[in-house]
Amino acid sequence: MSALDELRQLRHGGVQVRKRDNRAAFWFLAPWFAGLLFITVGPVLASFGLGFTKYNLIQPPKFIGLANFERILSDDRLHNALRVTFTYVLVSVPLQLACALGVALLLDRGLRGLAFYRSAFYLPSLLGSSVAIAVLWTQVFGSDGLVNRVLGFFGIAGKGWISDPDTALSTLIVLNVWTFGSPMIIFLAGLRQIPAVYYEAAAIDGASRWSQFWRITLPLLSPILFFNLVLQIIHAFQSFTQAFVVSGGTGGPSDSTMFYTLYLYQQGFSRFDMGYASALAWFLLLIIAAFTAINFWAARYWVFYDD
Amino acid sequence: MKHLGLILIGFVMLYPVLWMIVSSLRPDDEIFRSPGLILDSLRTENYAEGWNALTPSFGTYLLNSTILVLGCIVGNLVSCSMAAYAFARLHFSGKRWWFGIMLGTIMLPIHVIIVPQYVLFSQLGWVNTFLPLIVPKVLATDAFFVFLMVQFIRGLPRELDEAARIDGCGHPRIFLRIILPLMKPALATTTIFTFIWTWNDFFGQLIYLTDPDMYTVPVALRSFVDSTVATSWGSQFAMSVVSLVPIFLAFLVGQRYLVKGIATTGGK
Repeated sequence: MSALDELRQLRHGGVQVRKRDNRAAFWFLAPWFAGLLFITVGPVLASFGLGFTKYNLIQPPKFIGLANFERILSDDRLHNALRVTFTYVLVSVPLQLACALGVALLLDRGLRGLAFYRSAFYLPSLLGSSVAIAVLWTQVFGSDGLVNRVLGFFGIAGKGWISDPDTALSTLIVLNVWTFGSPMIIFLAGLRQIPAVYYEAAAIDGASRWSQFWRITLPLLSPILFFNLVLQIIHAFQSFTQAFVVSGGTGGPSDSTMFYTLYLYQQGFSRFDMGYASALAWFLLLIIAAFTAINFWAARYWVFYDD
Repeated sequence: MKHLGLILIGFVMLYPVLWMIVSSLRPDDEIFRSPGLILDSLRTENYAEGWNALTPSFGTYLLNSTILVLGCIVGNLVSCSMAAYAFARLHFSGKRWWFGIMLGTIMLPIHVIIVPQYVLFSQLGWVNTFLPLIVPKVLATDAFFVFLMVQFIRGLPRELDEAARIDGCGHPRIFLRIILPLMKPALATTTIFTFIWTWNDFFGQLIYLTDPDMYTVPVALRSFVDSTVATSWGSQFAMSVVSLVPIFLAFLVGQRYLVKGIATTGGK
């Protein structure tokens, strides 16, 4: 059962409680409570406060009202960063999930060597967020890189994929699609839950593989698809390392790989404009929350729960 | 036929990584020339050059990353298992509410909290120590693992706790003597994920570790690539390969746990 199912159940009410162990619970949860206060929820609230200030870590924060939020509305570089980030999320996540589902369907149903394939396809997911792979990508998509050598082999003229503002973002999208292994594993676990009798019955009724996919697999897999979608969108919004390494920390060329997180990093930790960075952080939280809410809302129309 | 397709997809996917490993043993001009996997001339100096390119050498960064990873693993194992026991087995006021908050924090991006967190840690004088990266783990902020362990503990038979309670065991003893030994698979999953994620993590380490003596592998690798010292792809690839070896080993050892962990809770 996934975290999302848990949340659904919480909303629908749970088990009644008879006896309480408040004291024991307090001690067992003490580290977690402290973490909540100092590391997660506390800072979220604090960054809301800092969003209304001008603060460079050296002088004490100075209240400047809504100036930072007004700046969000008029900051052209930020608007470009939003465009880059949205493009990245909205293109790479569907592609990634399509690959994940496609390969999972190929791997399903007692294929020999399943464990081996699963591992091979999963490996890039573990490597994908590392600096090392970003270094590799810089070479592979560079003007003298591997991709152009392979293209040259077929007589196609290449170009500097990363140094061209029109294609730099695409190389990062390819990198995200490359890590389709982890949603694939979630799909595989979901496919295994679908009773084989459904397919047998459909086959007896003469349903084609294609209509079996649309009428059985997809509806029954829709909660898993939804789970993957929510998770991968949130992950994609947080992408940072690859853009940072590939662009040498600049978000270039011409801000074409300027992810929101990278812009936030530059404001906060290169320019030490902590007030503006806090406002940006809150804005990011709102964007991700809005995307997740839209996802949950849309789910009512396409996600099918068997229970 | 299906196998052929799958092998082809897998090969294309893993090709760049294989090519990087081979190319880390090539002279530079050959890296640019050769898209193949066959080694014409061997050049192991790439590794020595990359290793010593920065001061201190790569050995220090590997050691730093190892210390950091170990700290994070211990922190996660202790704090997340305690929190998970409370959520899975204890009844307390506002449990549903707290549990909801815990689930919510799984989705909370680090970028939202990094600024005030940095302010806090820099005022404590913790910048350029591993504390800002380890203390959050000691305080169970990796809610993903709390959730994973809650799921696991719920699957353990309650009769065991009941029997222990009748024998006069309190919660600390039930947790230490009964639950903890039974949740070894969940602890293994947590260990292996914490290892890989911490080893790969760049954002936090980039922000908190700015002194070269404290650099971890990802930060050092990035600084090596950015520095003018690194004109050679061979040595960049060599150090990239070095940085990936521990991930690969963890993957080999822990595949089973990784797959199970993702399938039940949906990790990265």
